[in-house]
Amino acid sequence: MAKIKVRIDGKEVEVEHGTPVIQAAEKLGIDIPTLCHHEDIEPYAACRVCIVEAVRGKRRRMVTACNYPLSDGVEIFTDNERVLRTRRLILELLLARCSEVPVIKELAARYGVTSSRFGYDPKEKCILCGLCVRTCQDVVKAHVLGFAYRGGKRKVSTPFGREQCSDLCITCGACAHVCPTGAISIHDLSLDKGAVPEFTLGPKSAIYVPFAQAVPKVPVIDPDACIQMQTGGCSKCLGVCEPAAIDFGDEDKIEELEVGQILLTTGFQTFDARAMAQYGYGRYDNVLSSLDFEKMLNASGPTGGQVRMKNGQTPRAIGIIHCVGSRDVRHHRYCSRVCCMYALKFAHLVKDRTSAEVYQFYIDMRAFGKGYEEFYGRLLDEGVIMIRGKAAEVVEAPWSIGNGHEGYLAVRCEDTLIGKFREIPVDMVVLCAALEPNADTDKVGNIFSLARSPDGFFLEQHPKLNPVGTVNEGIYIAGACQGPKDIPDTVAQAQGAAARILALIAKGEVLLDPIRAAINEDLCGGCKVCNNLCPYSAISFNEEKRVSVVNETLCKGCGTCVAGCPAGAIKGSGFSDEQIYAEIEGLLADAGGK
Amino acid sequence: MPFEPKIVAFLCNWCTYTGADLAGVSRLKWPPNVRPIRVMCTGRIDPQFIVKAFREGADGVLVSGCHPGDCHYYEGNYKALRRVHLLKRMLEEFGIQPDRLKLTWVSAAEGERWAAVAKEITQTVRELGPLHLEVG
Repeated sequence: MAKIKVRIDGKEVEVEHGTPVIQAAEKLGIDIPTLCHHEDIEPYAACRVCIVEAVRGKRRRMVTACNYPLSDGVEIFTDNERVLRTRRLILELLLARCSEVPVIKELAARYGVTSSRFGYDPKEKCILCGLCVRTCQDVVKAHVLGFAYRGGKRKVSTPFGREQCSDLCITCGACAHVCPTGAISIHDLSLDKGAVPEFTLGPKSAIYVPFAQAVPKVPVIDPDACIQMQTGGCSKCLGVCEPAAIDFGDEDKIEELEVGQILLTTGFQTFDARAMAQYGYGRYDNVLSSLDFEKMLNASGPTGGQVRMKNGQTPRAIGIIHCVGSRDVRHHRYCSRVCCMYALKFAHLVKDRTSAEVYQFYIDMRAFGKGYEEFYGRLLDEGVIMIRGKAAEVVEAPWSIGNGHEGYLAVRCEDTLIGKFREIPVDMVVLCAALEPNADTDKVGNIFSLARSPDGFFLEQHPKLNPVGTVNEGIYIAGACQGPKDIPDTVAQAQGAAARILALIAKGEVLLDPIRAAINEDLCGGCKVCNNLCPYSAISFNEEKRVSVVNETLCKGCGTCVAGCPAGAIKGSGFSDEQIYAEIEGLLADAGGK
Repeated sequence: MPFEPKIVAFLCNWCTYTGADLAGVSRLKWPPNVRPIRVMCTGRIDPQFIVKAFREGADGVLVSGCHPGDCHYYEGNYKALRRVHLLKRMLEEFGIQPDRLKLTWVSAAEGERWAAVAKEITQTVRELGPLHLEVG
């Protein structure tokens, strides 16, 4: 494209032929007000606010800066008398239509327009700039929004006029994002039903770094929110990523690895506190789970580490309820081990960052580790109020509404140490949710033939003598998947498991017990009864030979398969059928049997 | 001469056999009528062993292993449970009273319980009398 020189407000600038005025002005640092302009979308010139005067020779006319193409010999004036007069009129007209929209009022005031002779409408917010329509059609490519009707009745609408909730809308929020006046908004209807979104406490875009401590610390794309993955539109991220690290065609790959030993550290999941409806999680805005509160306290979290209620105010009092889902016959009988200590940590941080009262509703204070009891003592000195008694319920305290604030939540509990029922007013409640086994523990357990202890976590081979091993030689478990535990214990277990694994690798050979089973190929009929009997999954079926085979390394010599084989094809060395028969005969030699 | 029953006991190595050993070490008295055979796990016990024992002249058979859930080999004792219960019903058809075959759970720490179990089955079988098995 040919380069041309143009003058804007007396200043000269060199641009390509056809460049819109607004871009050339930007180069010179001249600011032209706009409402319907967005750099990612084709200019529309709907709002007319960017009007400027273009002069060529003797001919002068008013043009819109956002889309008027510059050519050689044109001079532009952005703030001469005629432009300012025209712009004021345009703003006065806009003000008549959208009289209470902050952006319009502010822009008009900048040019000295504070009221409009053309009328007053406090309700209208849409200036028909078309940004939402164009974004939805050209960027998002969902084609949900469009203009309807003509003239005075013109408005933005969705197919069949379903403006409250269009099922075609992919709720990307792009329209709400580009709207200059806030006329269009996104509302998650599921939140009305008390659903707790996975990532509460803050907005999240479709491409995001999960949190500052994520490993690896790279952004991920949420396929449900990403516009590209739903409509094929957008793809703005491709343009900004310098190392071109984004590949929308990426798919999950399944890899097969041959290994000698396996260590499982699949962790835990948090108890869903909605199951205890009396605590109001999911119903009341300011009842949070421990993980929610942890996010809030994090310096790189949604509030930058500040403790805030939903309405942005600092709470005056916080109640922390222990054992939500733990030590409970209706949910989990076990103790989740870590909650007492993190509840104390929460209390300490709240005391540190706010002047709020902190109440702990506990059954027992379990401060079992190094420095833990001392920390508890410190909390007592800091003035944290400990109430020994299970919290019965969390309610909204009707007596507290008014006086400019929205009122307290109240925790109803029994204070067993003074023998009374109490109702404690708090602004915020934090629930110490139980640690429970992952939802897919059954599936994972089946894959590795792992048993589960009654609490649902994976079963260790021996609670004292082999806490990281399992009944299957070569498969180890460590961390919370074996049972709730805190970080020091998890690391200790992980190191222990690693040491065991390395020891076996270093030894280079495995000692086998001579007491084990072996299948005679000639006698085996391929019925596979033994395959399912083995608790160690040591028997597999050889498809080619059509016989079962015992894995010598896994076999523990229990003999269950030997007894179960209908063909008598399995020999249990050390305790073979012949040996046992001989013993029986010997023991009863004096019996005169038949 | 009063009838002294001959009882063969199949004991699992990790639990009952060790429990019986503990009974011995503790100098507890239990009847010599019960003659133990050690197997690694009660799951090893083929019902044919029990039948063989009766054929060789045993008046009673005891099978004893780890308590359910505690099997050293994880679930061998459940398999023994299934087999013994099924066998009991079959033995009845052969004219062997079901009380002659007993299944118990005795752990490695239960020396006293072992002594009690041994006494009990000896008494039961003594009252039932000798088993005259017709084989033909």
